[in-house]
Amino acid sequence: MIGSAAAFYLLVNGRVMGASGIVGGLVDRSGWGTWAERLTFVAGLALVPAVLKQFFEAPVSTNITDNMPAVVLAGLLVGVGTRMANGCTSGHGVCGISRFSLRGIAATIFYLFAGGLAVIVFRHLFGSI
Amino acid sequence: MLRNITAFIAGGLFGAGLLVSGMTDTTKVQGWLDIFGDWDPTLAFVLGGAILPMIVAWNVAARRARSVLGTALPEKPGSQIDRNLMIGSLMFGAGWGLVGLCPGPAMASVSWGGVGGAVFLLSMFAGMYVAPAFKIRFNRMAEAIS
Repeated sequence: MIGSAAAFYLLVNGRVMGASGIVGGLVDRSGWGTWAERLTFVAGLALVPAVLKQFFEAPVSTNITDNMPAVVLAGLLVGVGTRMANGCTSGHGVCGISRFSLRGIAATIFYLFAGGLAVIVFRHLFGSI
Repeated sequence: MLRNITAFIAGGLFGAGLLVSGMTDTTKVQGWLDIFGDWDPTLAFVLGGAILPMIVAWNVAARRARSVLGTALPEKPGSQIDRNLMIGSLMFGAGWGLVGLCPGPAMASVSWGGVGGAVFLLSMFAGMYVAPAFKIRFNRMAEAIS
């Protein structure tokens, strides 16, 4: 489903389906020339799972930590990092690797490495957060 | 107008995929990133499964001049692995591992993510807002040191 969404967005709209790029262009105004397309993508991304979730028998949870300073720090790191690197899991990971882009492959190695390290540090050294 | 409808469909399909695959569950994501602990490899199949249709799509795109709706197709990306790509990806990965949310799932789960989900999303937007200025300052500093 994720792959077909990316394929659909590429072939029909002619765009790379990168979540951080689509919303980041709205936040820093660099993508205001295509604001409607970006906003409707984000609307679909937020609304369709909200409706779909109602049909799930088992409860769905994000299981996000209660540690608010950690949540704020993580959000800031994800926001700054994805814009600096020009992509996240969808842009570099899904759309970049499938194109055999060196930048996409390198970015994925770097963020998976840092992600693995963060989990080790916070889950195993400081206990789960 | 049509472009906005298809963008909504693509976003919706993406969000549905993230929900069904478990990418919006931070416990599952952190379990996948926990390579040296109790590793849960299932999300690797999600990423692999998403890459496969995209390999086909890029091949189709290479043989076309324009998208179905007549817009230009994305240009070939550069191959330069520069400082911004490395440092940015390391920062992103650290944040992703810390809480277990990356940008797509953070937006897909906003309706049931509660206060934590909303705080994460707002912090991510704040990070995206300051990112261009941060990038300039960071590079100026790095060049001064090297």
